[in-house]
Amino acid sequence: MTAFPRKPALVFILAALAAMAAAPARAQSAAAEGQKLAFDRGKGNCLTCHVIKGGDLPGTIGPELKDIKAKYPDRNELVAILFDETRRNPQTMMPPFGRNRILTEQEINAIVDFLQSL
Amino acid sequence: MEARSAIWLGSALAALAALAFTAPHVIAADKIDTATEAKAFQNFFFQKFPNVKHEDFVNGPYSMNEDMKRQWQEKEEFPPYEFALDAGKEMFATPFKNGKTYADCFPNGGIGIRQNYPYFDEKEGKVVTLELALNRCREANGEAPYSYVKDEMASLTAYMAFTSRGKLMDIKIPDDPRALEAYENGKRYFYTRRGQMNFSCASCHVQSPGERIRAEVLAPALGIMNALPIYRSEWSGMGTTTRRLMTCNSQTRAVPLEPQSDEYRDVEYFLSYVANGLPISGPGARP
Ligand code: HEC
Ligand code: HEC
Repeated sequence: MTAFPRKPALVFILAALAAMAAAPARAQSAAAEGQKLAFDRGKGNCLTCHVIKGGDLPGTIGPELKDIKAKYPDRNELVAILFDETRRNPQTMMPPFGRNRILTEQEINAIVDFLQSL
Repeated sequence: MEARSAIWLGSALAALAALAFTAPHVIAADKIDTATEAKAFQNFFFQKFPNVKHEDFVNGPYSMNEDMKRQWQEKEEFPPYEFALDAGKEMFATPFKNGKTYADCFPNGGIGIRQNYPYFDEKEGKVVTLELALNRCREANGEAPYSYVKDEMASLTAYMAFTSRGKLMDIKIPDDPRALEAYENGKRYFYTRRGQMNFSCASCHVQSPGERIRAEVLAPALGIMNALPIYRSEWSGMGTTTRRLMTCNSQTRAVPLEPQSDEYRDVEYFLSYVANGLPISGPGARP
């Protein structure tokens, strides 16, 4: 019977721990999902043009993607670049992933999470 | 007119400006000075790559990358297109069932004439490529046409290119408004963005030659037809001009056109014309 009073406390502690872990874990899994989408040849295929940490056989058409958070603190800017970079630069080679429906809004958001981890 | 201006504005404007095609949609109504345009096109590449010898532009990616060039030159000792050359030579010499040969269909018996293709045929009012002329020769002699993408067609054009190596590209635009329109149409096709990826031919071959797209080094548009047909390790075999154009289209998730469609004929005409004065280097070998 002595175990009973301790159990709610344990549950509480576990719950609190879980809550503390949950936020970064969610961000981490979104970034991991974003990385998968970014590297997938049938999806972002970003390595065609960009050097990205963790990716093989990168192209050289675009700049290396690093220190992204410092350069673009506002994630909306990144979403806009992925949605349609021709708005910023009509001559760009970067495909309009959102406008041409190569990626969904959700996929773009996951990739932006990944970019912010670089 | 409206639509055409939109295409021009929407397509690689910077590239156009760099090539000094000043307001082409305005000039298009008047007669275009194609010779001046070709000169500007060449100068754009000569200035962008001052260290590349002019005659080297015909070697595709190898003109852009010293390491690749060295590997290629070593490979040329045992060229992977040799089997195609041998096959092409033999096919060329073998009579059709009616006793005639390919030589009967072409000027100079088909030897050393690659630099004159494609040409504008004033009777038909259209551009005729070497591949098209070969199949027409076959059909005129009661033979079935070959596939436009590889094998026999690649062997025949490989042999014809080989007998023309070093000859300078010499494409004419006759004084015929339809010829000028074919050239213009080819140019328009070249600079127009298309497909889900929104690339034009110029995105890759004018804006980014020498850059890597994944592992491949992009060839410059100048002299880009001179080395065809090519052996590609990635194809494990030979490919024709048609095959290369279809591959470029499908790799960018655009829909490839029918072989020898007007657009392909015209873009080959445009790209060959602006390469006038550069040597034939085909057949080529590519990684
Ligand atoms: C075919 C080429 C190409 C592909 C594919 C491509 N990009 Fe780009 N990207 C570029 C180029 C070129 C630039 C340089 C800016 C410009 O052209 O406007 C660029 C710029 C960027 C920038 C801004 C970088 C900076 O330092 O300012 C980001 C972020 C970016 N790309 C992310 C991506 C992501 C993520 C993907 C894949 C989902 C991707 N790109 C796919 C060509 C490409
Ligand atoms: C997104 C990139 C891309 C686009 C768009 C593109 N190409 Fe290519 N092209 C390549 C690659 C990669 C190769 C193989 C490497 C090389 O030789 O450049 C190639 C090769 C070629 C070659 C053979 C060059 C050689 O010496 O082996 C020709 C000819 C060519 N392209 C013409 C075109 C034309 C015409 C278009 C438009 C219809 C076009 N390309 C559009 C990427 C592209």
